[in-house]
Amino acid sequence: MAPVATPFFFYLLAATMIIGGILVITRKNAVHSAMALITALLAQSGIYLMLYAPFVAGVQIILYAGGIMVLFLFVIMLISIERTLKERQFNHQWLIGIVAAAALGGLFIAVYTRGKTLFPEGRLTYAEGQNTQAVADLLYGPHTGMYMFSFEIASLLLLVAIIGAVVMAKKRI
Amino acid sequence: MGWLVQYVQSYLDPRVTVSPGAAGNVFWAVVYVLLVFAGVSLGVICMNWLERKILAHMQVRLGPMRVGPHGLLQPIADAVKLLIKEDIIPAEADAVVFWVAPFIVVLAAFTVFVVVPFGPAHAITDMNIGILFMLGVSSLSVLGIVTAGWASNSHYPLIGALRSSAQMVSYEVAMGLAVVSAILMTSLNGFGLYGVGGPDTPGIGTLSMIGIVRAQEAQHVWFLFKFFPLGLIAFAIFAIAMVAETNRAPFDLPEAESELTAGFHTEYSGFRWSLFFLAEYSAMIAVSSIAVTLWVGGWLRPFPNALGGATWDLVFSFVPGLAFLFLAGMTFYNVRRMPKHPFFKIQTMGLAGFGAVLGLIGLILFIPPVRDRVGDIFWFVAKVAAFMYLYIWYRGTFPRYRFDQLMKVGWKVLLPIGLGVLILTAGAGIVGLEMAQHVTH
Repeated sequence: MAPVATPFFFYLLAATMIIGGILVITRKNAVHSAMALITALLAQSGIYLMLYAPFVAGVQIILYAGGIMVLFLFVIMLISIERTLKERQFNHQWLIGIVAAAALGGLFIAVYTRGKTLFPEGRLTYAEGQNTQAVADLLYGPHTGMYMFSFEIASLLLLVAIIGAVVMAKKRI
Repeated sequence: MGWLVQYVQSYLDPRVTVSPGAAGNVFWAVVYVLLVFAGVSLGVICMNWLERKILAHMQVRLGPMRVGPHGLLQPIADAVKLLIKEDIIPAEADAVVFWVAPFIVVLAAFTVFVVVPFGPAHAITDMNIGILFMLGVSSLSVLGIVTAGWASNSHYPLIGALRSSAQMVSYEVAMGLAVVSAILMTSLNGFGLYGVGGPDTPGIGTLSMIGIVRAQEAQHVWFLFKFFPLGLIAFAIFAIAMVAETNRAPFDLPEAESELTAGFHTEYSGFRWSLFFLAEYSAMIAVSSIAVTLWVGGWLRPFPNALGGATWDLVFSFVPGLAFLFLAGMTFYNVRRMPKHPFFKIQTMGLAGFGAVLGLIGLILFIPPVRDRVGDIFWFVAKVAAFMYLYIWYRGTFPRYRFDQLMKVGWKVLLPIGLGVLILTAGAGIVGLEMAQHVTH
């Protein structure tokens, strides 16, 4: 299907993401922050859809919005909100934060002004109809599967994290 | 106006096989959105009445009998009552989150119907990630439940929300494994990605809802019976997990009325409460349609192999009309059984009118063009209806699980079995492919 009103949707989703991101760090109530984060993540999956990557968008919704954020909320709900609201907000890392933000901003400006010389010119071929199959082919394909190793490394990392969580949670094994 | 006429005609052409939305036909996509929304809402209303009546008959009661003949108008009376009831927001509640939560649940429950295939040409749209989209969006409903329980700022709702989040996250794992083993089956015997692959490209599966049913059609078997009993076990895992996902008995711990008053929606009343009700039932319809699509052949009619051929196709195409005529006959039988007292005159006439409408629908379904168009929708809806009956049956039969039992079933029984079935399905598929290649060479 031909794309419709692309700039409108891009600016809408991008604005939603930015506002959501700002709300995440400015809200005092942790549950409100979590809900703003969910909004930002959903808008992000919309942007993936606009980039003709429906599989990544679907995984984004299932894993982040549907899975991880539920666990976030699960933990936050057990905290007494009244006490956290009274607590003084502190930030000991504002210097590093400013440096990181400035570096990222500089990178964005550089890409925006000199983007044409930085990236090769060309038109993408959209594999929207077979996006899932294309991702699978890149990961596991016999000839084109160049990310098999990194995939395995990532799953090993996750396994280590799971074992670590079990070890830390259990007092006596 | 010309483009509108063109749009309408482009769909009425009998050679069109793609779904209206997938064809980029905006007009038909909008029509289907409205039709599906109205249809699901109607289904929820019917379920409301049917659940009370069937549960009542299981418990040797009569159920609703007062409003309308056999309580047929009871759902409408209830809806009116809920709409004019006072909508209370507790003073200590977090007003914004309290206000948003029911809408999250309803949006998640209704959005999934975008990809539900009621027939090869009867779907709002067909996505490459169809089943992934359905699972993802339906898993968002737990966010609404959790925030509803938290925002109420009350003990019972919070406990309900905690239970609900733990339960849904646990059962999503087993559910996902069962779904993956069904998706693996779509890649076997060639014909995987319909329209793109074909008999010469084995090993390409599909996540598209329409593609999954097409794969079952091409393999001449419902995935329920594929690699017997592997498909059956995967289906059983899904059937258990889907009850837990929709918070229904015997896994209705988040709203266990004997322990938590009403669980996460204790503090809700009036219109907002009815949104939770609507969302719960439409989520039940949604997961049932996932099960129907993945294992029970979607819109395909039963017995395509044993009773195949054009003659049997014709016979089965009469079933929708006959079903409605049967319902009309039942209604007229009950019209005759109505009390003869003049007090019941209007009720008897109303019931007769209802029967006449059912009979008329049945007769319309016999007209050949209509018959060809709605056969697939009928079979899909009939299979979903069987699942909805199962839901009511469970509720009438099983006592509620304890929370530790629930977790034990989810993690220690369903998850290992799901993993085993997944591995065995992959193995069986590889063996099957090797044998198929052996035969062709």
